[in-house]
Amino acid sequence: MKIVIVGAGRVGAVLAEAYDAAGHDVVILDQSTRAFDRLPSEFGGAAVRGDGTDEDTLRRAGAADADVFLALTEGDNRNVMAAQVALENLGLQRVVAKINDPVRAAAYAELGIATICRTTILADAVNAFLGLASLGLPGVIAPTGGHHAGHEGSHGASDAPLAENLNVGAAGREA
Amino acid sequence: MFVLVVGGGKVGYYLSKELIESGHEVVLMEKDRGRADQITDEIGSVVVAHDGCEGKYLGEAGCARADIVAAVTGDDEDNLVICQMAKHHFDVRRTIARVNNPKNEALFRHLGVDEIISPTRMILASIEQDIPVHELLHLAALGEGELEIIEAHLQDGSPAIGRAPGDLTMPPGCSLFAVVRDGVATPLLPDMTLRVGDKVIAIGPSDCSASLHEQLIGDNPEAVTPGL
Repeated sequence: MKIVIVGAGRVGAVLAEAYDAAGHDVVILDQSTRAFDRLPSEFGGAAVRGDGTDEDTLRRAGAADADVFLALTEGDNRNVMAAQVALENLGLQRVVAKINDPVRAAAYAELGIATICRTTILADAVNAFLGLASLGLPGVIAPTGGHHAGHEGSHGASDAPLAENLNVGAAGREA
Repeated sequence: MFVLVVGGGKVGYYLSKELIESGHEVVLMEKDRGRADQITDEIGSVVVAHDGCEGKYLGEAGCARADIVAAVTGDDEDNLVICQMAKHHFDVRRTIARVNNPKNEALFRHLGVDEIISPTRMILASIEQDIPVHELLHLAALGEGELEIIEAHLQDGSPAIGRAPGDLTMPPGCSLFAVVRDGVATPLLPDMTLRVGDKVIAIGPSDCSASLHEQLIGDNPEAVTPGL
């Protein structure tokens, strides 16, 4: 699978390393080449310096035929915009954006982007460790409407198709 | 009218000031506390010192009852998100975004922003109008940018001078539809004779300018301005 990651922060770099090790075709973008220091020396994918919200840059990096597009920079709005360029201008189907504002995360799921909200995930993890009740907000929200009607609409079950295909880690290499 | 302005830079500041002077109700959101205080000192307590990209604060600033939301920060991605949140989450009727990268205009329009203001595009257009040798002028983009209206200023040396529009070979999908002669615009007829000084208006795909240039301007190197 071809996986494009925008943002080589901790999460982006960890995922890039894992997908590359699992045999996927990985392209990772960041505005700063220093961010690529987080990648291991044996990283076999492409590391491209550039603005992941810019369509031309994404096309040059080969994002136009990506199977999965992950927007994982530290800025919610950069992620939102990169994801929408991927959905609308590149016509990609599987687009995930990290959006740490729970209100924005819910709003953009309605616009066709799978959103991951670290705020609610982390809060729930803390509560689980302390034995307190969950906030009851979904940390991962499937796209529920918007541009691509082909997306699965139900909450919760949405991350399953991604996980099935990604075969990260011990599952070995995929063709 | 209640206008919610997001971004307290120069544009947001003067915009809010003018709107207040014309009697409108204004709330200005500026996330930098120092800047917010400074604006409050100058134009009164209309400033909310919070990030307008944050759904919670947009709601608190009264976004749901705004007639218009104007997103005028210096960052395109912030302006896009502010308008989309306003439109889809708060049902605001009209959203206006400032866009710095002209390439983002089509995307913003496609994503539902009602009005897009691009200072870069405006300055560019103004510069192009001021350069006399720039004979092909891009007047406007149509649809989502795939079509353009182009004006060709016919000068000495143009292969089209003395010929009829019907005799010219136009690039596929491109047509000439009007001529401006002595300040008067008339529809272009196939048997008309083109003259020096005519401004011919064409519509066609955005990649046809090279061949339009060849047909209407000629390839006199002195008359060609690089960059088109």
